[in-house]
Amino acid sequence: MSEVIVVTSGKGGVGKTTTSANVGTGLAKLDKKVVLIDTDIGLRNLDVVMGLENRIVYNLVDVVEGNCRIKQALIKDKRYPNLCLLPSAQTRDKSSVSEEQMLDLISKLREEFDYIILDCPAGIEQGFKNAIAGADRAIVVTTPEMSALRDADRIIGLLNASNITRQDLIVNRLRADMVKRGDMMAVEDVVELLAIKLIGVVPDDEKIVISTNQGEPLVGSNTPAGKAYMNVCYRIMGEEVEFEDFSKNGVFSKIAGIFKKN
Amino acid sequence: MGFMDFFKKKNDSGAMAKDRLKLVLITDRANCSSDVMENIKNDIIKVISKYMEIDAEGLDIQITQTESDGSNGTVPALFANIPIKEMRNGTKAQ
Repeated sequence: MSEVIVVTSGKGGVGKTTTSANVGTGLAKLDKKVVLIDTDIGLRNLDVVMGLENRIVYNLVDVVEGNCRIKQALIKDKRYPNLCLLPSAQTRDKSSVSEEQMLDLISKLREEFDYIILDCPAGIEQGFKNAIAGADRAIVVTTPEMSALRDADRIIGLLNASNITRQDLIVNRLRADMVKRGDMMAVEDVVELLAIKLIGVVPDDEKIVISTNQGEPLVGSNTPAGKAYMNVCYRIMGEEVEFEDFSKNGVFSKIAGIFKKN
Repeated sequence: MGFMDFFKKKNDSGAMAKDRLKLVLITDRANCSSDVMENIKNDIIKVISKYMEIDAEGLDIQITQTESDGSNGTVPALFANIPIKEMRNGTKAQ
């Protein structure tokens, strides 16, 4: 049985595309058949984060307009045979696709794949409506900042209005050192404010920038973010995985630990 | 800033953000602009004024959150603080 997951946030730049790439790749690593769809028409980026930008022939708009078959537009990721990307169109806009067309496309993809991951554009306009149209569940990505949280809350309201009630929260770019000194909201605060289920906490990790530079998602690697994203994948599949405690890994707590022992 | 304030800076901006955000989310969720609030306020004054003389200047209404009785968690609630100046004569007679 296939599951359609939209990755959304409201605010831009909080990590939707990075999350989509890593969750999609992680699920493929766990032997699931996955298709990633970039729904950000006009501002496509999932292709570069995945390192597949040189292999685009057809795109999402070509598929819905019937210029090609779905199979022709899907880019197979050579690193993971179970993983495909349907790239967005760069020279069109959000009005090029309708909600009905998205529903139709998704129902066809359901036959082929275990997971259909939709990378949603920022905002709450047509692009957002298209992205959530066929979704069974949503992953709401936020950072522990006021603007991101406010927008996430708005998105949660809109998801409820569209009857997408399976919502899971990823708190991205958490800085344990700042939480420790009281200058950043803690994960518990964020969960309390937004009142949806937590599915992942991803620490601020410079390895993310490096992995994007290389076009190779870091999920599953031995890095704080790589481990966190892998745990998100297990939780998506319904497995219980304990939440990581990042406060233990910081330099500060290591020093504090030395003092505690004495 | 006193000497001790330097050390007391802990739990500062994070807690401040949470408190500010709580209020922002309450108004966002209630979908109430200041225009709407002003209209509610004026209507309340109109209705209550039929029965008693109230201090319109001192009237304060706001949307806050309160623990719900039945379901879990908190729900938005409209709180109105309406100072009464005098009961209107004849109200009881009707």
